[in-house]
Amino acid sequence: MSGDGLLVAVDSPVHRVPAQVKLVALFVFVLAVVSTPAAIFWAFGLYAVMLVAAVAVAKLPATVVSRRLAVETPFIVFALLLPFVATGPQVDVLGLHLSQSGVLGAWNVLAKGTLGVIAAILLSATTAPRDLLAGLERLRLPATLVAILSFMVRYLSVVSDDLHRMRVARESRGYTGGRVGHLKAVAGGVGALFVRSFERGERVHLAMRSRGYTGRMPLLSVSGATRAQWFEGLAISLAAVTIAVAARVVSL
Amino acid sequence: MLRFGRNKNQNERVHVPDGFFDAPTSVATGLIAAGAVGFSLQRANRELRETGPALAGLTAAFVFAVQMVNFPVGAGTSGHLLGGALAAALVGPWTAVLVMSTVLLVQGLLFADGGLTALGTNITLMGLITVLVGYFLTRALLKVLPRRVGSVVPAATVGALVSVPVAALAFTGLYSIGGAVDIPIGKLATAMVGWHVLVGIGEAVITAAVLSAVVATRPDLVYAARHLQQDLVLVDADGNTSTVSPDRPIAAKPAGRSLGVGIAVTLLVAGGLSLFASAHPDGLEFVGAKLGFEGAAKNSAVAGSPLADYGVHGIGNAQVSGALAGIIGVLVTIVVGLAIAKLASLRANKAS
Amino acid sequence: MSGPAIQVERLVFAYPDGRQALFGVDFTVERGERVALLGPNGAGKTTLVLHLNGILGSVAGGTGSGRIQIGGTGLHREHLTEIRRKVGLVFQDPDDQLFMPTVRDDVAFGPANLGLRGSELDDRVHEALVQVGMQDQADLAPHHLSFGQRRRVAVATVLAMRPEVLVLDEPSSNLDPAARRELADILAGLDVTLLMITHDLPYALQLCERSLLMDGGRIVADGKTRDLLGDADLMAAHRLELPYGFDPLSVPGPERS
Repeated sequence: MSGDGLLVAVDSPVHRVPAQVKLVALFVFVLAVVSTPAAIFWAFGLYAVMLVAAVAVAKLPATVVSRRLAVETPFIVFALLLPFVATGPQVDVLGLHLSQSGVLGAWNVLAKGTLGVIAAILLSATTAPRDLLAGLERLRLPATLVAILSFMVRYLSVVSDDLHRMRVARESRGYTGGRVGHLKAVAGGVGALFVRSFERGERVHLAMRSRGYTGRMPLLSVSGATRAQWFEGLAISLAAVTIAVAARVVSL
Repeated sequence: MLRFGRNKNQNERVHVPDGFFDAPTSVATGLIAAGAVGFSLQRANRELRETGPALAGLTAAFVFAVQMVNFPVGAGTSGHLLGGALAAALVGPWTAVLVMSTVLLVQGLLFADGGLTALGTNITLMGLITVLVGYFLTRALLKVLPRRVGSVVPAATVGALVSVPVAALAFTGLYSIGGAVDIPIGKLATAMVGWHVLVGIGEAVITAAVLSAVVATRPDLVYAARHLQQDLVLVDADGNTSTVSPDRPIAAKPAGRSLGVGIAVTLLVAGGLSLFASAHPDGLEFVGAKLGFEGAAKNSAVAGSPLADYGVHGIGNAQVSGALAGIIGVLVTIVVGLAIAKLASLRANKAS
Repeated sequence: MSGPAIQVERLVFAYPDGRQALFGVDFTVERGERVALLGPNGAGKTTLVLHLNGILGSVAGGTGSGRIQIGGTGLHREHLTEIRRKVGLVFQDPDDQLFMPTVRDDVAFGPANLGLRGSELDDRVHEALVQVGMQDQADLAPHHLSFGQRRRVAVATVLAMRPEVLVLDEPSSNLDPAARRELADILAGLDVTLLMITHDLPYALQLCERSLLMDGGRIVADGKTRDLLGDADLMAAHRLELPYGFDPLSVPGPERS
């Protein structure tokens, strides 16, 4: 796994929004989506239109977004089961007995989940991991947590490469996977990977102390976001909140 | 692992997406997760200062990488590790909570995996419950097993085995409170637990194998079994032999006050929260009211329309009471966990 | 300030697991000297250099004895910050040394710990990156750099602290020939005292006039690199071998005569 997350390294207005603004914007947007009554279909249409517009402005290839949507798959399965297992009044569709609330619930999970994933993709594809860390730091995430996150992001690719090399070594000696007898080999390899990672952690700590580390990491962020940047970055989220409120009023 | 060919089952990691639970449940679990992370930060502080945040970061990178590995579990199926119980045995419960939370945060923010509003739920289920259940079961079993480092393998195996269905049960519990659709909870619980017992067996087998590999090479790295290490024989420059204790982990902080404060804060936060949740079935509405949208949002909690709230008929007040009951349930779980933690650390203090 | 750059006397050390690594090490390095530290695997070379800035040893709470002075300052707990600024340690694996999100953050880590801020810090970072020719890669993440580039940035992270003594653990390992030569050019151009662990004997001859040979936790030979490498019996006794066809007596070295 690359240490870059899903970053698509192009320049766009969305890329330029400060990370802390994007984090807040994402959170507000998703919260607005989640609190919209499922039956107000037009609201979800508007959310989708805004997101698609943002994806276009961010110059993200559609394939990046669609490939990442796959993370939802298990919940799509769950959602598709809902109409069959939920209780309440039934409707007949094409000869199937479906629960009315189940159908709506399936839609609810699918729509909100999908919008949430697309919004999250928008963040991770337009923000470099370092900026994301700096943004979290500015949003007052505890320094220790930012430090752990920073080390994790830095060493993701190193640890994954170690893992990959071990797999190549195993497979080049005839391991093909799938057989119970080989579980021990794989798990033993993972055990060795932990020892390696842990020892690297010890060495990194030595390297830090060699350069004067005494328990405080230097700050990553330099300057805050301007009022205009906040406004620009939060535009979609504020629109989403307005839609969510409007949807509630309509559903009364 | 994107760079070197995706595993076809790579996306089996099941993270709760946005919209799966209603807003109050998301907010409640968010606060529980925040409280747990804050508490763990405080408890792990001394260890982190000694060993550095790099060690925790690398452990997180390890867990992240290992979650991508598919293990053949048998009968043609493969599983992958959640890693909560394993991480707890390796680096201790408080660091493990931080590690698992970090993993989930990175998955959510860098890889769009797991909804942001569901982050609290995901951390509570996969970062908190699996870790605490796994660890305290491991420690409890170590008390009855033979006093040697190797005993950590069977102990953590059971811990891992149990941790997964418990997390599944907690998921079901959350669903009964804040699921978007009414489905028979009994059925859901049976299905979830049944399936996750199988997942748990995979988790247990993998945890056992990984731990035995670590015990074989670097037994000193297994946090849960550090107190069981043999003394070392040291030969000094002049050839004299002496016996020394291995590097002890930093002695557990006196459990008394900080733990009390932690529980108090957790209770306060969660208690205030459940009150808030019961008075305001939809948390967002409350925030909306605070922001000045009262007019728009008022009355919706008692709206008579069958499609009010989440468009589900017949939940209404039952949902409110259910939310309260559920949050109390989660609270009780946490309090029990903390109580076990306190007992365990008191005993550990007595033993050392 | 006075005194040699590095002075080590009767240094003894055992790891917590009881394995003893140093059995009484004595040597002195004068200011401006370039010294190679040679020896087979397991000789205690890395253990020794980790003592030079107080990462290992009694000052760090370990089991050991002996005396270390850096530029006339004794290695004691109260001087640890100063010693760590004076002695710049470049680790063998650059991935251990580059732990921050970007090259710039990483090079800034040391000076920031020394209390530098703002433009002063930026200047220091830029200066160090220019010294290793990596100023154009400042905003890249370490995993986007080649191995040779990472090694150079690792050197820069230490140079940014303006050390008096630069200690390198196998600087030429895993480098391709061009990267190896580029690094040699950089190291040769630095105006610091240099102590370099290496298995790359031609590299030692190219950069260091003097060499220490270590085996079994002791210094077993100390002299001109050319003389040491030319002593076939000494080399064989300590598992050192010259590359095929390499004659240490016929190539130019760093001698200033």
